[in-house]
Amino acid sequence: MAKRKLQEINAGSMADIAFLLLIFFLVTTTMESNYGIRRKLPPPPDPNTKQEDPVVKKKNVLEIVINGNDQMMIEEEPADVKDVKKIAIEFITNNGKDPKSSDNPQKAVISIKHTRETSYKMYISVYNELIAAYNDIRNRYAKQKYGKPFDKLTEEEQKVVKDAFPQKIAESLPKK
Amino acid sequence: MGKFSKKKDSGTPAISTASLPDIVFMLLFFFMVATVMRENGEKKVTVRMPSADQVKKIEKKSLVSYIYVGKPIKKYQAKFGKEPRIQLGDAFANVTDVGPFVLKEKAAKREEEKPLMITSIKADADVGMGIITDIKEELRKVNALKVNYSTKKGGVTTNFNK
Repeated sequence: MAKRKLQEINAGSMADIAFLLLIFFLVTTTMESNYGIRRKLPPPPDPNTKQEDPVVKKKNVLEIVINGNDQMMIEEEPADVKDVKKIAIEFITNNGKDPKSSDNPQKAVISIKHTRETSYKMYISVYNELIAAYNDIRNRYAKQKYGKPFDKLTEEEQKVVKDAFPQKIAESLPKK
Repeated sequence: MGKFSKKKDSGTPAISTASLPDIVFMLLFFFMVATVMRENGEKKVTVRMPSADQVKKIEKKSLVSYIYVGKPIKKYQAKFGKEPRIQLGDAFANVTDVGPFVLKEKAAKREEEKPLMITSIKADADVGMGIITDIKEELRKVNALKVNYSTKKGGVTTNFNK
């Protein structure tokens, strides 16, 4: 009698099973983009201590006003989203050159005022451009001082750069 | 001579499908890893996020609470109208519910994780800033100061293309 060969298991249906699972995961997958602009809100006002607005010289404030139709004024001049970054960089790095602009980066404050009707995308766009301006300046400074871009610095070095160009963006509440 | 002529060409041989499972499994594993099971359940508002390019990625997804803001989807427009609404978890909510919601999320986390909590606002590009400001004020009240404005990756000029 001939020896019976051990029969192999038919793996043909394996592909079908795998396909079934694959399609399930394909359908349930939502490639969630988890990107965003990070922001730290100012702490709530302390009711015990009286809130006193810090005195800031007018020339150290870059005033950005956006109305309900998404039109923007920077320092009382109409401006476009495309210009925000350039204007912000000029303002922050002025260092007293222009007597009407900021004294130095530590004192420079950017103030955003918007109405309740201003669209979210307009706000995000302006905000994004301001952060871009700061990132640009910090990167330039980091390269000058350490020869590396800002992201590649150690934490301490990053702190030095951050202290040299602190991000001061103030938002005021729109009137109801 | 006839011995060799036996091997006659009988059409093209079938392609072996033995490696098909391997390929499918590879794809399967990719999607299994990439899949995020939505814990919030149904989305009841439409959110088309604005674009921005100065973005950071959120690393720890478990420490994020999401607030959705947008117009209710068609199904709910009869009941809730077309004005932008807030969705917390899987239900519509008022601005005043934001604070308790964030505190509840925070209470469920471990003590050392609590300061790392981030609140992510996923708002539609076209909602007004009024509702966003209200949410921000609520978050300030409960000391949830780390906020993330969810955006797509892209230049800001794409926000204004009609």
